[in-house]
Amino acid sequence: MLVKKGAEAYLFREEWYGLPAMRKYRVPKSYRVPELDYEIRRARTVHEARLMYEACKVGVPAPSIYFIDLEETTIIMEYVEGDRVKDIVDYLQPEKRKKIFYEVGSKIALMHKNGIVHGDLTTSNMIQATSGKVFFIDFGLGEFSSSVEDEGVDLHLMRRALESTHYRYSVECFDAIVNGYKASIGESLTNKVLKRVHEIESRGRYFKRETDNRKENRRHDKNGNFSD
Amino acid sequence: MICLGIEGTAHTLGVGVVDDSGKVLANVRSEYIPKMGGIHPREAAEHHAATVSGVIVEALRTAKVKAGEMDIVSFSMGPGLGPCLRVTAVAARALAYLTRKPLVGVNHCLAHIEIGRLVTKVADPLTLYVSGGNTILAAFEAGRYRIFGETLDIAVGNMLDAFAREAGIPHPGGPRIEQLASHGDRFISLPYTVKGMDLSFSGLLTAATSILKTGEVRLEDVCYSLQEVAFSMLAEVTERALAHTEKKDLLLTGGVAANGRLQEMMSSISKEHGATSHFVPLEYAGDNGAMIAWTGIVFYLAGKTIGIEESLVKPKWRLDEIDVPS
Repeated sequence: MLVKKGAEAYLFREEWYGLPAMRKYRVPKSYRVPELDYEIRRARTVHEARLMYEACKVGVPAPSIYFIDLEETTIIMEYVEGDRVKDIVDYLQPEKRKKIFYEVGSKIALMHKNGIVHGDLTTSNMIQATSGKVFFIDFGLGEFSSSVEDEGVDLHLMRRALESTHYRYSVECFDAIVNGYKASIGESLTNKVLKRVHEIESRGRYFKRETDNRKENRRHDKNGNFSD
Repeated sequence: MICLGIEGTAHTLGVGVVDDSGKVLANVRSEYIPKMGGIHPREAAEHHAATVSGVIVEALRTAKVKAGEMDIVSFSMGPGLGPCLRVTAVAARALAYLTRKPLVGVNHCLAHIEIGRLVTKVADPLTLYVSGGNTILAAFEAGRYRIFGETLDIAVGNMLDAFAREAGIPHPGGPRIEQLASHGDRFISLPYTVKGMDLSFSGLLTAATSILKTGEVRLEDVCYSLQEVAFSMLAEVTERALAHTEKKDLLLTGGVAANGRLQEMMSSISKEHGATSHFVPLEYAGDNGAMIAWTGIVFYLAGKTIGIEESLVKPKWRLDEIDVPS
């Protein structure tokens, strides 16, 4: 049964030898040239399966892999019963919300500690399972990497996702993530990554840095009111 | 009500005259074209300083409006190249001061979206704004434009321009690359970099340039592959944002919006998601004064005028910082 038509893949709820399963089929895109299209779908299928397996191995909840079909760019995986975090964030009690994002932060840290970057940390890609754990899905854009840069981009994207989708709670959610991250990986590594996040954001072409303001103001003071 | 708007964030110095019904009475521009290399900020600013008064006079003459008959002066306050912004600001302040008219500082990115909405008559689109200086995917939500995706390094237009220069293609590089690409048929693999909803084009530029320099691949094939990869990246994040925001209209604007292959891809993804794609015609998709004038009216009507002493330029002014009047 087709349960979700995502931008990149279709998800079918099925059974796999008696187990509740999810079949993720990466669909061809007619706008892309076939060579590029197949290569992107194939590479992401392999990659995603490997990353999910590694995540499970190091204790980050992710669906177990049942089967991979490269020709069909398909992964058959465990079906996780629960709610998408995206759908519940805005209705949760503040304490509960904090708890979930603290958990999210500590699991992101666990991934990073083990050389996994998720690559697409959004609340649509997290499931609050009925079992109580927060599951991570959709590793298609992930990487095996231990570089501070990639970890920084990962957290930067998480913040961006919160700001665009849950702008009312983005600050408290991200703070909870940072706290969970810190608790899992320690203060000094966390600060190193957060420093990089700031650096990444200041690289954005039009990010307003404090130093820029000072510079503009200086020019302002020296040259009078409107002759900058 | 008539607004005169001055655009001057990068290589275009443009002056537009627009009335409050959205009628464009004049849209005049003078473009700085570098003798070699990319935009040199100081030279661009010197060009603007030398041409701005002439362009203002010509715009007023075209619009058949006397300086005293306009009601508002607006200008591009940012984001953009500092020296260019300052020249534009000085001109706008002087004009507002001399004519005793209110001044409005306009965000350049917002102006692209506003004029796009005006000319395509679309109320609430997802906008992909692609130019030499910007690559931004944004949609309006709760009083502000939220940025769903953007470039992490260089803009897609900047990437195309820089590649064109490396390949010895004269300015403007984009149209010529498109033309060459249409004669390409061999796809070569190039780095495809999408990080979440954000994009990176610098690795693509480096790879395409170094492949070209080996001399083993025809320029047509490099252009073809470069376009396919860059635009597929844009299409992927745009498609995801369409699915996520569930907007029913997609607005493509900025100088790169003129590219036929990009338009084709945008049509394809729009169709897939039950949305309609709208392409802003080049006169209003590229940098222009009319967009600054029209946005000046929108903000004036919302009471957002600024005093001359508050009119400092903001070279890094982000689109998602601005509270937008509804």
